[in-house]
Amino acid sequence: MTKKFDFKRFVDDNVVVVIFLVLTAIATPISGLSANYILQDIFTRIGRNSFLVFSLILPIMAGMGINFGMVLGAMAGQLGLIWAVDWNISGVWGLGFGVLIGLPIAIGLGIVCGSVLNRAKGREMATGYILGFFMDGVYQFVVLYLMGAIIPMRSAALTLSRGYGVRNTVNLDSVRQSLDKLLMVKAFGLNFPIATYLVIALLCVFIIWFRKTKLGQDMRAIGQDQPVSNASGIPVEKTRIIAIVMSTVLAMIGQIIFLQNMGNMATYNAHRQTGFFAAAAILVGGASVTKATIPNVFVGVVLLHLMYIVMPRAGAQLFGSAQIGEYFRDAFSYGAIALALVLHAWRKRRGVAIDRAGMRQNTVDPDAKGGVV
Amino acid sequence: MPNVPPLLSLKGISKDFYGNTVLEDVSFDVEPGKIIGLVGENGAGKTTLMRILFGMPVITETGGYGGQIELDGQPVKFKSPFDALDAGIGMVHQEFSLIPGFTTAENIVLNREPMKANFVCEVFGDRMSILDRTAMRTRAEKAIDRLGVKLDTETLVSEMPVGHKQFTEIAREINRANVRLLVLDEPTAVLAESEAEILLEALRRLAAQGISIIFISHRLHEVATVADTIVVLRDGRVVKEAPAAGTSVRDIASWMVGRSVDAKRPDLASRKFSGEALKVERLWVDMPGEAVRDVSFTVREGEIFGIGGLAGQGKLGIPNGVMGLYAGGGTVLLHGKPVPLNDPRGALSMGMAFVSEDRRGVGLLLDETLEWNIGFTAMQIQGGYLKSYLGGLLKLRDEAGLRKLAEEYIEQLSIKCTGPKQFAKELSGGNQQKICLAKAFAVGPNLLFVSEPTRGIDVGAKELVLQSLRHYNRDNGTTIVMVSSELEELRSICDRVAIVDEGRIAGILPPDADIAEFGLLMAGEVKQEAAHA
Repeated sequence: MTKKFDFKRFVDDNVVVVIFLVLTAIATPISGLSANYILQDIFTRIGRNSFLVFSLILPIMAGMGINFGMVLGAMAGQLGLIWAVDWNISGVWGLGFGVLIGLPIAIGLGIVCGSVLNRAKGREMATGYILGFFMDGVYQFVVLYLMGAIIPMRSAALTLSRGYGVRNTVNLDSVRQSLDKLLMVKAFGLNFPIATYLVIALLCVFIIWFRKTKLGQDMRAIGQDQPVSNASGIPVEKTRIIAIVMSTVLAMIGQIIFLQNMGNMATYNAHRQTGFFAAAAILVGGASVTKATIPNVFVGVVLLHLMYIVMPRAGAQLFGSAQIGEYFRDAFSYGAIALALVLHAWRKRRGVAIDRAGMRQNTVDPDAKGGVV
Repeated sequence: MPNVPPLLSLKGISKDFYGNTVLEDVSFDVEPGKIIGLVGENGAGKTTLMRILFGMPVITETGGYGGQIELDGQPVKFKSPFDALDAGIGMVHQEFSLIPGFTTAENIVLNREPMKANFVCEVFGDRMSILDRTAMRTRAEKAIDRLGVKLDTETLVSEMPVGHKQFTEIAREINRANVRLLVLDEPTAVLAESEAEILLEALRRLAAQGISIIFISHRLHEVATVADTIVVLRDGRVVKEAPAAGTSVRDIASWMVGRSVDAKRPDLASRKFSGEALKVERLWVDMPGEAVRDVSFTVREGEIFGIGGLAGQGKLGIPNGVMGLYAGGGTVLLHGKPVPLNDPRGALSMGMAFVSEDRRGVGLLLDETLEWNIGFTAMQIQGGYLKSYLGGLLKLRDEAGLRKLAEEYIEQLSIKCTGPKQFAKELSGGNQQKICLAKAFAVGPNLLFVSEPTRGIDVGAKELVLQSLRHYNRDNGTTIVMVSSELEELRSICDRVAIVDEGRIAGILPPDADIAEFGLLMAGEVKQEAAHA
């Protein structure tokens, strides 16, 4: 049986995606950028950002909404990279070393984050966001005071002139694009960072496989109904912590991949927007607070970044100022998040209304007892 | 033959919550492959008994229970529901406990999924095993087969009709390897007649396979048809244990409501009513746990109209819906004028007042003084007890007027307090209820809804509250619609009593009707039996 394609329904279900498609479709020709330029930028950005966005999938599956706590993982990744640079381990080995250092930190932070979120059931997103701000303070304390003072630092190039604390910008030249360039393939006049893509593909395979495991099934169950899962003996709190830990660890690796592509790191700022950009990307890709798939990630990364590429130029062409385009793109990405959240609430209410209609359905039956005759 | 011990034997089970006895010396046996029908009104102790059987933590937290539970003749004491499950006791709850986005099969084997181990398990444990989808389906099909119903294993729960959800749930319980006893709490409440028939048939099949069943239902005709033995609980005691054969629904109904005291209402003859005050037509209200599906009734001017019925059947939804506190639809006419639904202010402005069953939540401003509480609605809705200045631009409270009003009602309803300045939260339940009444009286309503006015207050205070309602009705001729779980109370004060069952009015009876008639209506018996009222 083939279902008739219902255009209205499709737009209804994917309204965020459609809005972004329309926006970029208008802005792209205005920007006057060459197709080659745009495509190259998109392919680079897919490698740079997808991994980070993927870290959001598991918590959504476990019903914890968008995990803004992934910022914690990003911090762990940055700490790992700082050490890798400080110890002067270069190339992919440096990245591997960064992951190795970041792993226990990310796991630890993930457990903390998961435990806090378990105490704030139903308010995971706001709690995670604020937790990110708090941990930002702890991170600053570690990086600005402890590093060099208590935690030994070797490289003078990293340390602030006062003798302790890390400089505002860390030069990542030793690991710069080491993963991307490991296997760079040129085709159609474009560069493809195949090694990075392979890592991302591996992650996709892992996620597909993970959904089929008992743990994945448990997470799906908990995401849909906690009391029922609990009553059937699934360890709800523990599973939720595992989901957050996995997300934090993935975010840690994602941030390292992101930074190796960028080539330098704003020590005190790089992690701040991570959660926001990842959330915007996955929502623009058509995910909701309760459902996210692998295609959502790719569609989202492509659409969001396409807008990031073309908007400033379109702004410059139209208004003579790239700044205005940048304002636009920020407004639209925040708008995407807001719209996705509002839509989610609205769909929930629509669901209640449908249930209500179901409740009244048998009232139409004149034979029902007690009704008007 | 008598040497074989029964599967389950309850011996002298008793339980009290902080000195309040809810179960007393409850004893009965469940033989293998037999169906026990357990019936009783709300508060008769059915739920508590099942909680004890399942080792629910709430029982141990409140001091455990007395008596002994024996399984195969061996005394057992379950510490948690999981112990009970391990011992082969399954429970199907009134509310569905299914995962909506999972298929039938996934739900049936939930957390008992057959798995295939792989190398990752060596490091990270069993939870990294892959689910064996084929085995899951086979096991689900086996459980469904035992029930003898048609159920597709791959349908999502969110997309199946309620009947199938119920079957899925039962299939989940019997999928357990060692299940021997199944407890079903109101399994037919959400089902249509035809679906309920299939369910009863499935239960008989299970019993024939040797599974014992405790079947709890308020639909007495179902109990009478499916059960082998009927156990009637009333006020925490087993009042009757009888074989179902030869027992009529009417018998069960009268055992259930019991208390053969006749309501003597000599005043009824002298009560005269003229015209209709309230006309409700095809009302539906979406109040969680108290859904009203299709209710129509008429209240005459000056009447005290009672609405009774078992908990969860929707009687509370009626006043809450008419007053606009929960989403609803239908037509409500007050003295012929339509009442706006979903608009509490509109309902209040029409001159209706509502004393809510949720005294502390909706009824009172707990952190405010009595005078504020009493005058609040009058102030908000009618602009009473406000002084206007600057041609109405500025309005201030009339403190003196409020105080006078409060003092009046404290006197009139003999509210025990230190004075109008006392805070509402400091009063006892009974006195808080009187404040709620005073608040409603202060509006001078032309129709008063009173919901569960005596819930949670002591016996002496109950009589006082009922007395003040009776007086208010007689002195001011105000029409009162009173909703209560206590049938006796309704029969002692109301002019007519409607019984609500499954979101509909099962029938309307005069208060001095035979108690068994009320019992039958509560049991979902169709109203023609009582329609002559």
